[in-house]
Amino acid sequence: MPTTTEDIRDFIHAKFPHVTIADEEDIFGLGFVNSLFAMELVMFLEGHFGFRIGNEDLELSNFRTVVAMERLVVRNVPAAA
Amino acid sequence: MSRARVGIVGAGVMGAGVAQALAETGHDVLLLDIDDRTLAAARREIVHHTRMRRLLGGVDVDPETVIAAVTSTTDYDAMCDVDFVIENATEQWEVKREVYPRLDRVCAPGTVLIANTSAHRITRLAALTGRPDRVLGVHFMNPVPLKPAVELIRGYHTSEDSVARVQGLLEAMGKRAIPVRDSPGFVSNRVLMLMVNEAAFLVQEGVASAEQIDDVFRSCFGHPMGPLEMADLIGLDTILYSVEVLHDSFSDSKYRPCSLLHELVDAGLHGRKSGRGFYSYALANEAIDEGGALAHHD
Repeated sequence: MPTTTEDIRDFIHAKFPHVTIADEEDIFGLGFVNSLFAMELVMFLEGHFGFRIGNEDLELSNFRTVVAMERLVVRNVPAAA
Repeated sequence: MSRARVGIVGAGVMGAGVAQALAETGHDVLLLDIDDRTLAAARREIVHHTRMRRLLGGVDVDPETVIAAVTSTTDYDAMCDVDFVIENATEQWEVKREVYPRLDRVCAPGTVLIANTSAHRITRLAALTGRPDRVLGVHFMNPVPLKPAVELIRGYHTSEDSVARVQGLLEAMGKRAIPVRDSPGFVSNRVLMLMVNEAAFLVQEGVASAEQIDDVFRSCFGHPMGPLEMADLIGLDTILYSVEVLHDSFSDSKYRPCSLLHELVDAGLHGRKSGRGFYSYALANEAIDEGGALAHHD
C-alpha cells in the first residue's frame, strides 16, 4: 500500500515529470513552481487525505517540501502515519 | 466614503473575484447570476480563495466574515438600491446587450454602472442605457484580490462625478486606477490576447509544447507566468470571446482566433476553473462546504 510520502511524491511528479525532487528539497526554490501550485497542493492534500487544513497551517512552510507536507498530513490524520 | 453597497452581475471567475475583493475591504456585496449553481460555486470559490490569501502571502482575512458580506440573488430587482453595479457577464455582445437595459430599468438613478469588460467599448455599452454619463469601464485583473491596479476607462459621455465616485470605490478596495482611452481590448487585452492566441498557434503547429512556450516567457523574459498558464487562469472561453471581439471590432485578420482555442472551449477544457485547459489541475474539493465543514470524503 502506498505511503503518505509516496502519494505526495507521485502528485508532484505527475505535475513535473521531468524533474527529480528530493523529499527535503524546497520545491518553491526551484524556480519553476509558482504560488498557484501551492493552492493545488492544498486541494490535493485535503481531497486525497480527507481533512481540512486549519487556517493556522496555511503557511507556505508547510508546503515547501515533501517532508513538511507529510508531517502536516500525519498531524491531522494520524492514521496516515 | 461610507460602506458602499455594490451589486455584481455574473458570478463566474471575475464576478466571484470582485465580490471577494469588495467583501474583504468591508463592502456589502449583492452577487447576481441567472444560475443558482453558478452562485453556489462562486460562494465556495470565495471561501476557498479567502483561505488561500494567507498562503499566498496576502492579508489574513476570515473566510466566514468575508462570505457573510456577500448576498446571492437571481433577481435583478434586488439591484434597486445599490450604489454601484459591476457587470461581469460573459464577453459576448448578445449577453451584454440584454444586461444593460435591464440594469438601467431596475437601478436607482444615482447608481453607477461599471463594466468589468476586457474587450467591449464602454461607449457602446453605455448607449444601451439612458444613463451614459453614469457608465464607465473598470478592467479588473485576475485574481482580483491580489492585483493592485486596474484599467479605468471613460466612455464618451462619462461624467467627472461618476469617475470620482468610482475612483473612491477603487481606493477603498486598495486598487490603483490606470486611465486608458476607450478602445476594444484597451491596453492589456489588445496586447495579451494576441500573445495568447499566437502561443496557441505555436502549440497547434507543433512548434513547441505549452510547457516549453511558458518556460521561454518565465526563464528568458522573467515573466511570473507564461501566456498559456495565464490563459488557463483567465479561462479559455473568456480568451476566445475576447479574441473574437477584437477580431470583430478591428476587422483585422491578425486577431483571427486559433482553431485550437475553439476546439478546447468546445470540448469544455476551459482552464483552471474546469480542471483542464492547456494543463491539468486539481480541482477544489467540492465536499468542503461554505462553512468549512467536511461534508464527506472518499
